[in-house]
Amino acid sequence: MSYVDSSVAAGMTVTPPTTHSSWSRRDFIKGVIASGVSVAGMSYFGAGCTTPLPAQTGGVERLLSLTVNGQVRRVDVLPGETLAMTLRYKLGLTGTKLGCDRAECGACTVLIDDVNHYSCSTLTHRVRDREITTVEGLESPDGTLHPVQQAFIDELGPQCGFCTPGQVMSAVALLRANPNPTRQEAREAMSGNLCRCGAYDHYLNGVMRAASEA
Amino acid sequence: MADLLGKDYAPPDVYGKVTGRAKYAEDFRMDGMLFCRLLKSPMPHCRVRGVDASAALAMEGVVAILRADEVPEQAGPANNILTDEPHFVGEPILAVAAVTETIAQNAIEAIVLDLEPLPFCVDPLESLRPDGPNARTDGNTVSSGEVQEHKWTEADFEAAGEGQLPMGEPGAEWSYGDIDAGFAEASIILDETFVTAGTSHHSMEPRTAMAYWENGKCYLHASTQSQSFVHPGIAAYIGIEPENLVYIAEYCGGGFGSKGGPYPLLSIPAHMSRKVQRPVLMRISRAEEYFLGSARPGFQGRIKMGFRDDGRITAVDVYIVQENGPNQGGGDMGAAASAISIVYTPLNMRYRGMSVLTNTPPRGAQRGPGQNQIATAVEPLIDKAAKQLGLDQVAIRHINAPTHDSLYGANRGPITSAYMREALEQGAERFGWEERRARSGQREGSKVRGVGVGQAFHSAGSSGFDGLLVITPEGKLNIHSGVGNLGTYSYATTSRVAAEVLKCRWENCEIVRGDSSRGLPWTLGQFGSNTSFTMTRTNFAAANDAVRKLKEIAARRLGGSATDYDIGNETVFARGNPSRRLTYAQAAQAAIEMGGAYSGHEPPEDINALTRRAVEVVAGTGLVGVARDNLERNGTVPALAAGFVEIELDLETGRIEILDYLGVADCGTVLHPQGLATQIKGGGVMGFGMAVSERHVYDRHWGLPAAVGFYQAKPPSYLDVPSEMDWHAVDQPDPDNPVGSKGIGEPVMGCAGAALLCAISDALGGHYFNRTPVMADMIINVASGRSQSHGPLQVNTQ
Repeated sequence: MSYVDSSVAAGMTVTPPTTHSSWSRRDFIKGVIASGVSVAGMSYFGAGCTTPLPAQTGGVERLLSLTVNGQVRRVDVLPGETLAMTLRYKLGLTGTKLGCDRAECGACTVLIDDVNHYSCSTLTHRVRDREITTVEGLESPDGTLHPVQQAFIDELGPQCGFCTPGQVMSAVALLRANPNPTRQEAREAMSGNLCRCGAYDHYLNGVMRAASEA
Repeated sequence: MADLLGKDYAPPDVYGKVTGRAKYAEDFRMDGMLFCRLLKSPMPHCRVRGVDASAALAMEGVVAILRADEVPEQAGPANNILTDEPHFVGEPILAVAAVTETIAQNAIEAIVLDLEPLPFCVDPLESLRPDGPNARTDGNTVSSGEVQEHKWTEADFEAAGEGQLPMGEPGAEWSYGDIDAGFAEASIILDETFVTAGTSHHSMEPRTAMAYWENGKCYLHASTQSQSFVHPGIAAYIGIEPENLVYIAEYCGGGFGSKGGPYPLLSIPAHMSRKVQRPVLMRISRAEEYFLGSARPGFQGRIKMGFRDDGRITAVDVYIVQENGPNQGGGDMGAAASAISIVYTPLNMRYRGMSVLTNTPPRGAQRGPGQNQIATAVEPLIDKAAKQLGLDQVAIRHINAPTHDSLYGANRGPITSAYMREALEQGAERFGWEERRARSGQREGSKVRGVGVGQAFHSAGSSGFDGLLVITPEGKLNIHSGVGNLGTYSYATTSRVAAEVLKCRWENCEIVRGDSSRGLPWTLGQFGSNTSFTMTRTNFAAANDAVRKLKEIAARRLGGSATDYDIGNETVFARGNPSRRLTYAQAAQAAIEMGGAYSGHEPPEDINALTRRAVEVVAGTGLVGVARDNLERNGTVPALAAGFVEIELDLETGRIEILDYLGVADCGTVLHPQGLATQIKGGGVMGFGMAVSERHVYDRHWGLPAAVGFYQAKPPSYLDVPSEMDWHAVDQPDPDNPVGSKGIGEPVMGCAGAALLCAISDALGGHYFNRTPVMADMIINVASGRSQSHGPLQVNTQ
């Protein structure tokens, strides 16, 4: 049996085994080598390596007004464009980081009307009438750092620093909703932000310090 | 010398991190910049017989395709830039550049590949069978950097007991003493087979890179732990001389070993940019990180250990089969054996190892490469012996712990200092080990308590690299650092040594780094827990060179001899008459006027070529202090750590609640307490992940990876670790470092993972899994008396 699977974008000829279980891997390899045919199993297309980066689909850009860090910004936005891409690639706000681009890590966290959201998984068109705050929008006009930013310095929260803007934004969102959290409440509120350096303890120290000093 | 060292401070780059001003590789933009995407292998091993890119090239906005034959071929088992014979799922075959990333990706989808599948392997033992598959067409193992073919006999496999590691002809071995005599002396002997999982690095920043060319020079923004150390290798990947590369890497969003050296991927935008004559940005996705982002080798091992009645280890015989990925991989198995030799100081020892190639992600160093896998495998067995001998878990470690005169590894070389006994004593005291041990096994509902102690080691220091600094005519001290910025702040902390020696205010210092065009000296990379030892020495050497020059300049300008002068308050003054003095600013101006060695126009002969070029950059700008570290070093520098854990284990759900953790470091004199605390605790978090959640998973039938996301490969989150953790340092100086310092970054991970596994075994009344990670289902199976779903030697399982 041989057929071409129309769903295979890479266009390879596919010769699936009749049932997977009846083929040992060695049989499979021997068969491949013996027949010399071009073989690729259906299974080769779930591995993630052939799938595109998510969300940046085509279409026609539309001019939107976005309120970012208190300023109205005019920007052309594709229908499927994520807020993270708009911020980073169209508005020059690169403080918002892309760690996974699929709502796993929280490095892209921004505030939408004071609530923390993953901007990698938020469509820009959906936040037209909302107040967006990024890490660049936290300092006072005179350059004074937000208490969370200062506390993260004092407690040496960041290590490599890549997750830090997201950690800062989740901490700010928490303290706006709950100015005096317990450490356990802070831990739960921050749990959508991964840190591979494992600086959780120091970030929590920072959150608690910012809460006590605010 | 204690104005700066041993004190907390705000490292200069932390401000950029909390404000978002810190620029990582993906944060740079250039006019006319193209986006580049990779077409990667969907198969674990195949040959590209044909590529039809006609439809892709016809798409509007597609600019160019880059194939393997357009980039330097990498010899033998080295990692490829692009290849027509991919050896792992996700290996880059070609790259496409387009005006937008979407178009580039759409073009990738429109390319038709004709692939010939080739035999593949995801289990090393399978490959060692007489008729087993080879991961590469030219062999299945790597020995001494070369691909070879090794097959064991059926008799080798049959000789192993049920579930025990077969031990055929090894690819590497060494021994000392007489293990037979050692085992004869033992009261009890353990002979255990174990498995440790391969794990991804999970650096938060995907390894994005951006490149452009100007006036024959390549400008590259990329993510590496190291700065100067990677420079020559990156230039070689691009195919240019090092002086034609401007390498910018001011921030690195996590590396954990995977970005310590140069890696081929970051040269792809440079090649593409050269081809299309436009800047090129190549973003790497999270999924791609799981293919391209390096990984820790897994072990299938067997260890036989003999113990006397008092717990002293008389003999160790260890065999490690290393899952090495398809290429050069890592030296983990040998490092693991050397770690055994120093952590437990066995009286007699033999090591054998075989590094087997698999069609899984290329392997490389991951925090404590070898040392940390073996810590998770062996530490629970130490507890097993302790239980049989009726000894306390801390006591059995104490009697085997290294002292200053212990010997390291195959060569039985000396070490510089070891305070593991003090770490165990002080840790047990601080943790309240006795009280916690007394309540181990206590049960409340379905939950039971357990305690564990773990140990780990890494060699933590090198020597022979260069230091460079400049005192400017404005009176500022510019400390040039080529080490890199992994996120430990050690680049800054070690720079403070130069300020200390020169008695400079820290506010008056600038660390020059992150951009090779600014003149950065040759130093070792930021890996291997070495920075605190190595870079304090280079900065000490350069600062002393500057002190000598300050005194000579003063003597030339003010009379007398250099020995008449001293430094203080950023001046050089005559000891007998402090008013006879030059400020540093005046001395720097004098250095420029005097030229020669003073201004950097005549650098010392023994410095590296890269440092020589850095000196050319700064020559004439002030008083240049530059020197190779020729200080004495009389042995391996051991970083040692002990971890203490108390847990509550739910026997119905398999859930582990870590109640408390204490990490204790022997890292010499503490230079930056807060930075050390972050290393101990953060390393602990990573160790917990290694112990109970992180692993590669492969489909054995198709060779496909199944753990390709954070949610599948499971690095720990806030909720997986204690919200507060404790730390402590022995804080005893190492005699071979001018400020007493040793590194520490790696063993603080292994000791925590090992301690957690020991605590799980303790809570289960002494059940030893002989496997990491220990997953919840494994705990439930033990608690309910069911057999495990995996075989003892199975790898890459769920």
